[in-house]
Amino acid sequence: MVAVIDYGVGNLFSLCCSLEAIGADSKVTNDPDEIRSADKIILPGVGAFEDAARKLHESGLDQVVIEEAANGKPLLGICLGMQMLFEESLEYGSYKGLGLLKGKIEPLRGFVPEGLKIPQMGWNKLIIKRDNPLFKYIDDEAYVYFVHSYYANATDDSVVATTEYGVEVTAAVSKGNIFGCQFHPEKSGEVGLKILKAFCEEGEI
Amino acid sequence: MLTKRIIPCLDVRDGRVVKGTNFEGLKDVDSPIELAKYYSSCGADELVFYDITASAEGRSIFIDTLKEAAHEVFIPLTVGGGINTVEDFARVLKCGADKVSVNSGAIKNPQLITDAARLYGDQCVVISADVKRVDGEFRVFAKGGREDTGIEALSWIKSCVDRGAGEVVLNSIDTDGVKGGFDLEMLEAVSNLVDVPVIASGGAGKIEDFVTLFKTLPKVDAGLAASIFHFGEVNIADLKQELKANDIPVRI
Repeated sequence: MVAVIDYGVGNLFSLCCSLEAIGADSKVTNDPDEIRSADKIILPGVGAFEDAARKLHESGLDQVVIEEAANGKPLLGICLGMQMLFEESLEYGSYKGLGLLKGKIEPLRGFVPEGLKIPQMGWNKLIIKRDNPLFKYIDDEAYVYFVHSYYANATDDSVVATTEYGVEVTAAVSKGNIFGCQFHPEKSGEVGLKILKAFCEEGEI
Repeated sequence: MLTKRIIPCLDVRDGRVVKGTNFEGLKDVDSPIELAKYYSSCGADELVFYDITASAEGRSIFIDTLKEAAHEVFIPLTVGGGINTVEDFARVLKCGADKVSVNSGAIKNPQLITDAARLYGDQCVVISADVKRVDGEFRVFAKGGREDTGIEALSWIKSCVDRGAGEVVLNSIDTDGVKGGFDLEMLEAVSNLVDVPVIASGGAGKIEDFVTLFKTLPKVDAGLAASIFHFGEVNIADLKQELKANDIPVRI
């Protein structure tokens, strides 16, 4: 079973529809025991980092996620959920993330060239940097759907795909059992469903 | 590089697409779900569902339609029509909408944009403006383009973006239905004014109109149309091939 963590941030309806569509056995939950007994975990998230980090912390689920990740359980962060995997975010201040990946979440403004619109909103190409189990059903240069104003500036070698928005921007990360997508696989058509399938299907990823 | 988006708009009443459609091979041509699946398979980048019902009963049928669509297509969905309160935002967002477009509701109460952007994020709030030339200026119209509000359009759109609208749909009443091409003059004025995505609406009659739009105004992010897609006058797959052949970035 794939546990989709519900910590009161954003809307899980579309994600659940897409998990249903790929036939994944998934459950939306905020129950620590259920998360511990799951085979895999998805950490979603939409909105502001500070609010999401606070809610995850207040729910106590941050520790559950950190423990389960340390136990080797596959964990997929999506969009803000991916950003939360990092150590720190500079979105409206400085806030601590889960620290499972090294690096900071920084604003696109000032990073991408002047004149490009922020948020980056729309379909952009994945540039696969390193082979990864998440990509086993898709091709390089597949299009996925992005909506974000901040990006992960990873300081270790976790970036497995980027996208070109004036400069190369982190699109997907992976280190051991930790995975993350800046884009929304649940809104990225067939390509997105294939990425979710690669993560959710039974057995090792 | 972000691709230019092609967005079909479906007007939905009582769970059916109005204006009629004309596709061979679709079992039920008035079904918003069938049509959404068809457009998604042709390469539509987003879909707009426009709720044109007025009754509470119609509203609940619309929500069922939206939920079903979210189970069948996995591209961004924008919902418009009858959005007057943040509760209306909540109602459609929890049923599969990714973005919500406001028009008359924001004219009546501009604070709606501010409140919705604060609650759900700028990226979620789309200002849809019906604009027509009156006495040498661009004027905002309400109630589906029937009522002149007297409000000057450029300052209105700018104020909506300042309040937190994350995207602008500019529908030119002057070119709408004429099929002579998008309103490039009006679109240029708006895309020079705001730094959020601008979606062109009103006037497309053929594939070349989209090529001209994106060639002439590279700042415009997307083209929206309804009947030319529904009646098969423009096939989205062909349209995207033609855009690509003209070096316009598209998702194929």
